[in-house]
Amino acid sequence: MKVLPLSELPTGQWGRVVSLKARGMARCRLLDLGLVPDTPVQAVRRSPLGDPTAYRIRGALIALRREEAGQVLVTPFMILPAR
Amino acid sequence: MFCVSGINTAPPEAGPGGVNEAHQPEIRDRIVKTIYREAEAIAARVVRQTGPHRDWEHKVDDILTSRLLGFPVMFLLLGLVFWITLVGASYPSQLLAKALFWGEERLSEIFVWLDAPSWLHGLVVTGVYRTAAWVVSVMLPPMAIFFPIFALLEDLGYLPRVAFNIDPLFKMAGTQGKQALTMSMGFGCNAAGVMACRIIESPRERLIAILTNNFVPCNGRFPTLIALASIFVGPAAAPGFSSLAASFTVAGLILAGILITLLTSWLLSRTILKGVPTTFTLELPPLRLPQVGRVLVRSVQDRTLFVLARAVTVAAPAGALIWVLANISFEGQSLLARGAGLLEPFGQALGLDGFILLAFILGLPANEIVLPILLMGYLSAGTMVEVDSLTVLQNILVHERGWTWLTALCTMLFSLLHFPCGTTLFTIQRETKSLKWMFWAAAIPLAVACLVCFAVAQTVRALGLV
Repeated sequence: MKVLPLSELPTGQWGRVVSLKARGMARCRLLDLGLVPDTPVQAVRRSPLGDPTAYRIRGALIALRREEAGQVLVTPFMILPAR
Repeated sequence: MFCVSGINTAPPEAGPGGVNEAHQPEIRDRIVKTIYREAEAIAARVVRQTGPHRDWEHKVDDILTSRLLGFPVMFLLLGLVFWITLVGASYPSQLLAKALFWGEERLSEIFVWLDAPSWLHGLVVTGVYRTAAWVVSVMLPPMAIFFPIFALLEDLGYLPRVAFNIDPLFKMAGTQGKQALTMSMGFGCNAAGVMACRIIESPRERLIAILTNNFVPCNGRFPTLIALASIFVGPAAAPGFSSLAASFTVAGLILAGILITLLTSWLLSRTILKGVPTTFTLELPPLRLPQVGRVLVRSVQDRTLFVLARAVTVAAPAGALIWVLANISFEGQSLLARGAGLLEPFGQALGLDGFILLAFILGLPANEIVLPILLMGYLSAGTMVEVDSLTVLQNILVHERGWTWLTALCTMLFSLLHFPCGTTLFTIQRETKSLKWMFWAAAIPLAVACLVCFAVAQTVRALGLV
């Protein structure tokens, strides 16, 4: 199973949260967003200057900078286009 | 408790007594995970998904935040908003001015009929009424157009996209993209912008956002910028393009304001507010078609009328005071003219003149009254009685007072960059609970305004461009 930082997830790709590297307040903030293990996350779009990136997390679109997204480890997975 | 209740109530790093530091994250994780699992289960039972994600939303977002088009679209939208405001406001402005000055004549007739002393007529009609009328006719139409359009963009969900696009620039400056949101609030009113800085969690970044908020022109300064741009840029452009050129000049000034915001933020985060940028998490709410009716009513009610009422309540007494200053003479010169004379050398160095500088100083209670004060100062020496259109204003500035495009440019820059109004300064004192920061909030912009105007004026003169 390939594990990579969320910041490295290509746009359009889905990943499932494996763990958080952050500690303390930063970890709290990420957990508050709903980034608990097993949560599916999609990298949706990057800002024109390459950072931050908007992620689809539990139905909401949330922008994170590279530093924060790098604290989240995910494993990519395929999702079927139709629901 | 713990994480979900919000970051501010999170327990300190050391953790509550008894819980081992090493175990604490694990416990927190488990609590949060359980809460989310529970929430998911409830949501699955009671929330029904209404169809798949709308496709248009994705496509619009693709354009708004595109690598190629993201920034041009931002600039175009900004220019478009000003263009609509400028074009839409000019005719109602003239109509309103005609009506209000018709009212002034009737008011004068009543004073004559009552056989009132001329000083009373001067104080009430020429001072209070005329200043208030000026403020209303110049401010009401642009505000009644600008605020609703801006509210529509807000309702569409565009503003968070702006923050998303320009966050990297703020990151370089040592702050964060949410400052773009507080700046957008500043377009309406800087005091509101300062209050909006509460959304920024880091105290250091919040303070920087507060100290630099006045670099976006509030609606009290827009009319000044728009009027000067229409007079000095409009006629210089090709026929048919004058209002377009004027609106993009205003948009360009705002870009300059943003640039100065970034530079000042950068400087602050390397000097008196040292620190590294913290985090940036911003929700991009779904784009939705604005609820036009509701937005129109609310923006006229909550913003346009509110701001106008404030401007008039400040302008009326200020009008009386200025009239007194303009009409009490000391050694054959009015107090206003004497004050302007004292400031003349400083004004000249900044590309302005003494009257302009004095108008900015006396305009401290509210930026709306800077232009009326300036006119009253100019007129106290001259013979003009009525200023009911931009052509008349142009006549006074260019032909009677010898304004060049450099004077106009420096006045616009000074208006854009100078100290915030009294209300904003009080708000800053209340928000930061410190007189020191209130002082800095006035001193930093003043220094920036002087520096920029001085540099521009001296460069242009040295190059012999005027």
